Amino acid sequence: MSMAETRTPLQRRIVTWIPYFWLLVFFLAPFLIVLKISLSETAIAMPPYRPVFDGLAGLWAKLAELSGANYEWIAGDPLYWHSYLSSLWIAAVSTLVTLLVGYPIAYGMARAPAAWRPALVMFVILPFWTSFLIRVYAWIGILKPEGLLNQFLLWTGLIDQPLFIMNTNTAVFIGIVYCYLPFMVLPLYATLEKLDPALLEAAADLGAGAIARFWQVTFPLSLPGVLAGSLLVFIPAVGEFVIPDLLGGSQTLMIGRTLWNEFFANRDWPVASAVAIVLLLVLVIPIVLFQNAQKRLGEER
Amino acid sequence: MKHVLGAVRRSFQPWNDPGAKPFIEFRGVSKRFGSFAAVDGQTLTIYEREFFALLGPSGCGKTTLLRMLAGFEQPSEGTILLEGRDLAGVPPHKRPVNMMFQSYALFPHLTVENNIAFGLKQDRLPRAEIRDRVAEMLRLVRLEGFGKRKPDQLSGGQRQPVALARALAKRPKVLLLDEPLAALDKKLREETQFELINLQETLGLTFVIVTHDQEEAMTVADRIAVMNHGRIVQIATPAEIYEAPRTRYVADFIGSVNIFGGTVEPADGAAVALAGEDGFALRVANGAQRPPQGAPAWIAIRPEKVRISHEPPPDPARNAVAGEVWDIAYLGDMSIYNVRLASGKIVRASLLNAFRTVERPISWEDKVWLSWADDAGVLLAE
Repeated sequence: MSMAETRTPLQRRIVTWIPYFWLLVFFLAPFLIVLKISLSETAIAMPPYRPVFDGLAGLWAKLAELSGANYEWIAGDPLYWHSYLSSLWIAAVSTLVTLLVGYPIAYGMARAPAAWRPALVMFVILPFWTSFLIRVYAWIGILKPEGLLNQFLLWTGLIDQPLFIMNTNTAVFIGIVYCYLPFMVLPLYATLEKLDPALLEAAADLGAGAIARFWQVTFPLSLPGVLAGSLLVFIPAVGEFVIPDLLGGSQTLMIGRTLWNEFFANRDWPVASAVAIVLLLVLVIPIVLFQNAQKRLGEER
Repeated sequence: MKHVLGAVRRSFQPWNDPGAKPFIEFRGVSKRFGSFAAVDGQTLTIYEREFFALLGPSGCGKTTLLRMLAGFEQPSEGTILLEGRDLAGVPPHKRPVNMMFQSYALFPHLTVENNIAFGLKQDRLPRAEIRDRVAEMLRLVRLEGFGKRKPDQLSGGQRQPVALARALAKRPKVLLLDEPLAALDKKLREETQFELINLQETLGLTFVIVTHDQEEAMTVADRIAVMNHGRIVQIATPAEIYEAPRTRYVADFIGSVNIFGGTVEPADGAAVALAGEDGFALRVANGAQRPPQGAPAWIAIRPEKVRISHEPPPDPARNAVAGEVWDIAYLGDMSIYNVRLASGKIVRASLLNAFRTVERPISWEDKVWLSWADDAGVLLAE
């Protein structure tokens, strides 16, 4: 008799409820708190907003005090618009570059002798063993005007003036591509490794040369990996704060930084919360629509 | 139409015609993986419009031979010629041969139509011609109406014809079939074998099939090459392979067989006499080789050529041996009797159940005689 059969219906229900419970406590509850704060107004108090829900007394009156004023404020100020658009742009470009860099790596790994592959996967995830923050700081040492990169290029004679990469958007791109590369490589590797070599033989047999085989067989069959990797890079990159803050310049406008400024510099928790909620909607709505479209496509087939 | 083709078929024997031009030639071809020789210095000629089978157990080198012809493997030694042209250095996508893969290898992201059109698109044929050719192929394998489906929406029995149509769409000079029917159930497999024969005759193409299923090879092929350990043991027509195997390995691999070992003795006339290991003498009138006196030799006799009876055979010239019925297998169309000799050896005899009788005259533990004519068996020297 297997384990599944010995479980009572109650036990089974508990097992299925654990993930829901987790999401409820660690995702939905914080989300509702942030949503509530985004509908409040700033106050010089502790906590710095009102109303504060501290019991059921007068709950109805307090609910009536909530308003969408912060959202109107965000919509009326071009700073926020620019931040959102600039974040999406920087994330999109970074995702594309990560894909261009990650695809050959994943392809090479999937084509390597089977005995090497576990070691190659290890190398890809090796950077995670060092703190993310330290790795971003290390890039400052590389990219700054008197940094390693400029020293090397000056020594080779390729340039006679140091390059100013540090504190520009280029530095932010480099940082994002570097930090998120494993999230692109691993799903790509997973789909490419599963690719049946007989399909490539069949394509060759039917007259397809190496380039045709790649574009007509390998690439279309790796699209799920391309999509998964791109989402894994794009979504966190949009809200990225550490990389633009450390490597970017004053003109690097990203929503993570704007949010941080609202929260810590201006101490405006309600506006910061509203910025966070809008960011969430900007990311979640297109993904939900996309998944629905995919599902409908799947049902039609 | 069928009869006409049948008549053409009967006279189709280019391998017996010294003037016939070879179509595919393997000349001293070897393939080594490290120190292991998958194919060991083999020479083989296949003629145009022939249905040729490579038969053997897994690991015998038959698939490697086929893959070298397709261009997926390069021979370590020797040359492969197609219509007299050396194929060395010609990559798979430039060879005028197409392969049907054992796993079918259908492109999962393409519809049936686009799978079939894949090879035609590589040749950059005009769109209208591709459309016509795809429709023709779908009709040929009787899959009209399935063109817009994806492979995962087809059953295993429907995927097999798609793979076949895709391989035939480019009208290759040679169609290679790698265990094409292994994934089908027995009934569908048998039907498909006959469809393959018809297709090959209608299209007039050269087919080379790899299979481990001896019945399949016997059914479809004009000639069979039986392989073992990287070597071709015998190349012959199905009837020759069955009735005149050259070695014990071939006799045993094709169908079921009784093999008696012994030493060659002097004999009168055309027959060779054998002092059998099982304590009785045997005589045999067939066999390509005639081993010298005193040499070891074997006699192979098919079960259906062994007569089983309660009485000793009336004709003293027949080979005869007494035993006891050990096992009976009733298969419907025939019954198989395993008879145990005094030496302990089990000999198999089969009897066609031509009449619907409930009572079988021969039963378990009956004392019986097994007998056969001198020319029923075949003498083997190895």
